Amino acid sequence: MLKYDLVVIGGGPAGMAAALKAKECGVKKILILERAETLGGILEQCIHAGFGLHYFGEELTGPEYAHRFIEQVQQTDIDVKVDTMVLEIRTGNVVVATNNIDGMLEISATAIILAMGCRERPRGALDIPGSRASGIMTAGTAQKYVNLDGYMPGKKIVILGSGDIGLIMARRMTLEGAKVEMVCELMPFSGGLQRNITQCLDDLGIPLKLSCTVIQTHGIERLEGVTIANVDENRRPIPGTEQYVECDTLLLSVGLIPENELTRMAGIIIDPVTNGAIVDENRQTSRPGIFACGNVLQVHDLVDYVTAESQIAGEGAAAYIANRPRGRNHYVSVSGKDGVRYVVPQNINENPDGDVKLYFRVADVFRNTKIIVESDGKVLYSKKKPKLAPGEMEYVIIKADDIRALEKKQLTVRLEVPTK
Amino acid sequence: MTRDMICVSCPIGCALHVELDDAGKVVSVSGNTCKRGEKYAIDECTNPVRMLTSTIRVNGGVLPVVPVKTSVPIPKGKMFECMKAINNEVADAPIKLGDVLIANVCDTGADIIATNEV
Repeated sequence: MLKYDLVVIGGGPAGMAAALKAKECGVKKILILERAETLGGILEQCIHAGFGLHYFGEELTGPEYAHRFIEQVQQTDIDVKVDTMVLEIRTGNVVVATNNIDGMLEISATAIILAMGCRERPRGALDIPGSRASGIMTAGTAQKYVNLDGYMPGKKIVILGSGDIGLIMARRMTLEGAKVEMVCELMPFSGGLQRNITQCLDDLGIPLKLSCTVIQTHGIERLEGVTIANVDENRRPIPGTEQYVECDTLLLSVGLIPENELTRMAGIIIDPVTNGAIVDENRQTSRPGIFACGNVLQVHDLVDYVTAESQIAGEGAAAYIANRPRGRNHYVSVSGKDGVRYVVPQNINENPDGDVKLYFRVADVFRNTKIIVESDGKVLYSKKKPKLAPGEMEYVIIKADDIRALEKKQLTVRLEVPTK
Repeated sequence: MTRDMICVSCPIGCALHVELDDAGKVVSVSGNTCKRGEKYAIDECTNPVRMLTSTIRVNGGVLPVVPVKTSVPIPKGKMFECMKAINNEVADAPIKLGDVLIANVCDTGADIIATNEV
């Protein structure tokens, strides 16, 4: 059996940042296991610009952002196994993996960092009636076909969902000569960044249809068209608003799901809202020595935030390996209410090493709304924000001393919406 | 003449209202809540530029294409012309990140550079 101090599962931006931080904190033997043929994760196919503005202070493309971390990993003695699939995490922190060179691998680790990322919600999750015609795929699949494999999956496109990947692909397909007929969004607002709506749709004259969805696909062998319809406030199609749109390709950009199969198999407790593990401020899960970070923990908007979160996990794992686990089992529990859908971390040690950043998402678009963090009726933090939106992750910083001074071991993040 | 647009400088997304004279010169900007909004409105009305990213065909590489970008943002109206130049180009592997694959694309002053290695 191989022995490592730290095994990192996933070699995307989260895994690389976590491994590098752990190395910097003095962890000796580190192994990164990556399913794909190269490090870099999904950034390799995200060839558009807009990455790194927070972390590097400059605008990079996805491959450039990844490259900076790949180079750093190569300059250390961190071991990397690519083309390697992790199958299981056994008790005693034993990782079972397989690849073509080593066959089956059993790796014993003092600590494990989960950095498997997320995948796109597929067609099967949407229940759109229609046959299994070719030409229906997720936006990320189309992105791989165009940007890595070098071919176009269609000529006449409808995009369902206005998340950032869908918007980016609307522009990409148009630049490569396809006709993007429209982007349909079920909600009355887009979950994508305004910059992407302006530069990917408005610049190219692509209509964004809000409160609109695809209710049927047509075509047996190849997609021939879709029927779209407007939806009411309960997101139900409104009879009489149906419209046929001819197209050969339907791209889906309808949400991301953290890839937590290994996590669940390992018996780690999952937050039903984030679909990621419940963690403390060091990103340690409910299983001692197992940490989680990046999109497997919570879906992020910006890779810069993934990097920051993963460095926290790397530092936490390093402290655990050095046998300096930070006071477990004495937690302050953190939750959201009144428009706050979730908060990460869900637990904070009652005597934390430093100030704690609480990341959260809101359930709707709110304007001139106050963010309040309180415990037992006592307000620890309060700030008014001009705009909050589900597509923008927010954070607040809570002082370590304030956490130590809490009488009731419980914190709530909530919104105070102005009365009209 | 007037133009309405949403500012993309930050997530607030102020609704900007721009008044232009007959020569296309910006007379006034309203609706913005900070200086960046005014600058964004003036840039968008006088010289809108965009970073262009795409891929170029590769001979003899592990992958059939290499991702590329313009070294500096180019005029918005030149995007499709530059795409034509990019799609007519074929590069030979090995390619290093930062390699110039097309110099001064379509006389924009921007180079097309590789953003990954193949």
